Amino acid sequence: MTVRNRRPFFYLAVAVICILLVLPVITFMINAFAFRWFYPQFIPAEWSLQAWERLQLIPPEGERTLTNWLALLGSSDVIDALVVSLVIGVGVTLFSVVIGLPAARALGMHKFRGKRIVEFMILAPTIVPSIAFVLGLNINFIRWELSGSLFGVALVHLVPVMPYVVLTLSGVFANYNPDFEDQARTLGAGPLRTFWYVTLPAIFPGIVVAALFAFLVSWSQYLLTFLIGAGRVITLPILLFASASGGNNAVIAVMSLIFIAPAILTLLVTSRYLSGESGAVGGFGRI
Amino acid sequence: MTHVILSNLTKSFPGNPVAAVNTMNLDIPSGQLVAFLGPSGCGKTTTLKMIAGLITPTVGDITFDGASVLAVPPEKRGAVMVFQNYLLFPYMSVGQNVGFGLKMRGVEPKVIDRKVIEMLDLVKLPNIANRRPRQLSGGQQQRVALARALITEPKVLLLDEPLSNLDAHLRDEMRELILSIQRNLGVTMIFVTHDQEEAVLLANQIALIFDGVLQQYAAPDVFYRQPISERAARFFGGINFVPATRRGERLETAFGAFHVRTPGVENAPEGEVTLTIRPEQVVLNPADDENCTSGRIRSRIYVGTYTRYKIMIGDIEIEATRSGDIDHALNEGDAVRVGFPADRIWVVGRS
Ligand SMILES: Nc1ncnc2c1ncn2[C@@H]1O[C@H](COP(=O)(O)OP(=O)(O)OP(=O)(O)O)[C@@H](O)[C@H]1O
Ligand SMILES: [Mg+2]
Repeated sequence: MTVRNRRPFFYLAVAVICILLVLPVITFMINAFAFRWFYPQFIPAEWSLQAWERLQLIPPEGERTLTNWLALLGSSDVIDALVVSLVIGVGVTLFSVVIGLPAARALGMHKFRGKRIVEFMILAPTIVPSIAFVLGLNINFIRWELSGSLFGVALVHLVPVMPYVVLTLSGVFANYNPDFEDQARTLGAGPLRTFWYVTLPAIFPGIVVAALFAFLVSWSQYLLTFLIGAGRVITLPILLFASASGGNNAVIAVMSLIFIAPAILTLLVTSRYLSGESGAVGGFGRI
Repeated sequence: MTHVILSNLTKSFPGNPVAAVNTMNLDIPSGQLVAFLGPSGCGKTTTLKMIAGLITPTVGDITFDGASVLAVPPEKRGAVMVFQNYLLFPYMSVGQNVGFGLKMRGVEPKVIDRKVIEMLDLVKLPNIANRRPRQLSGGQQQRVALARALITEPKVLLLDEPLSNLDAHLRDEMRELILSIQRNLGVTMIFVTHDQEEAVLLANQIALIFDGVLQQYAAPDVFYRQPISERAARFFGGINFVPATRRGERLETAFGAFHVRTPGVENAPEGEVTLTIRPEQVVLNPADDENCTSGRIRSRIYVGTYTRYKIMIGDIEIEATRSGDIDHALNEGDAVRVGFPADRIWVVGRS
């Protein structure tokens, strides 16, 4: 396709993305700080932080002392849920990348019997709806006393997370030349230092992208957390769903903002690894 | 300065019934420059990687100065390999690449910096330590890779097709460089090539390998005078092959009987054999009549420094070359006496 042909599609895509993604965020922003916002007004007439105060994210007006700010840490459900979501998200990310690396290396670099089957099994969770397996899984999780625990929830998050991690990393390994490792070995680097100085720099962009996927997939899990968490593991999506039915627009908007903030932050921090030149997603379609 | 011995070295890859390297026995004296020569896929790289410790042999042993190194991991073995495609680490500067081996050995940064400069001087690339590998030409990258290997003062230097990615001019330069380094440092060197000319130009000894099996291990000139088989002779440019029956010094062919007295022929096969002689050893219209037969010149091609004749003897074609100026007494269609000197004829088994 020539550049000239691509232009209209490009602008159309940008417009669609803006309408679908950016506009709702702006609405949330306005809602979160609005006092009242009714139909004919283009922007609210009055602003306030009332929703933030109600969710105990900031102390009430006139009481914003350091002690009161610190006191929020223990008393706010939203902050608690944020911490739980972060702990699970980071844990799932680290663990999925560590176990995903050898799997992706094998899939990306080697041919072996039954490879197609292994690939299918790893991809299956992206096709099979989670409700289909989580109910059966839950029976066992209850038996093993994993139900209702942070660890249990993190474990079940691995199911939808692993396909993304393995897929991304195996794309990286498909373009990877293992001779570099051999070269480092004969020059005097042991296996660990070979990984550190040679393998890791080569696959780092891929790891960043895989970690990003892992974190975001874990971060936005509702159903799996709801069922395996058994009401005892309250992550942000659980809290968000609960309050979404409450009906206060400003509160919903604040929680939504807090929910999407880490996603946008991680995207911004890692965006340079997503771009074409690093090749992190270059082999994505290969598997 | 390390004496390398391969004994019964064998490597079979899983799923492949034919061994990539089969029962290889090779003695590489200290400080020698040895070429592994053979067509693509004959197991040269596999052998090199086994010596480096990157591939574990299925059977057999490798010793450095008499001690087996099979249990020694590659990073401790002291056999440094330079790969065909250089493999400079793209995330490091040229200087960091060259200094990598010393860094892994825990050498002080100041000492590393000094040695890096020395090494880059040695390969005639001063003042490029701060550049990135991708900013260098292929020939420069190759020399950086060589410097990176040499800086660790390897016991054995393994070069996989060191000249194959270079153009003709750089090839000559690189060849000179390898030879001078080998002479000055006296390091045992093994290099891989599929080009017999390159092997002849560089090596003290050539190991000719076909299909994972060592065919012949000898000094370069031996491959021209005393090839082990028709295939070996052909690999070195031999083209005259005549079926013969041998009894001692006597060879019967379709166009007459010949005597053979070339040194070493005692050990060559008897009975149904193939007579071979290099084109430059065939004598046209010789003075004496021993080992002579009659033929007819089919074509004459003047190549500048020599002339190439194709001669039909019965229905067998023989090629002969004559150096020097063109000889206008020998023209296409002329009858000619063809001499095979008894001390130049060689005999290989019938294939
Ligand atoms: N890792 C491997 N797994 C399976 N077979 C292999 C492997 N490495 C090499 N082989 C096979 O072993 C044989 C020898 O390969 P090798 O790379 O040593 O050849 P080579 O002489 O270096 O060839 P070239 O001149 O093309 O580099 C080939 O038939 C190759 O297919
Ligand atoms: Mg090879």
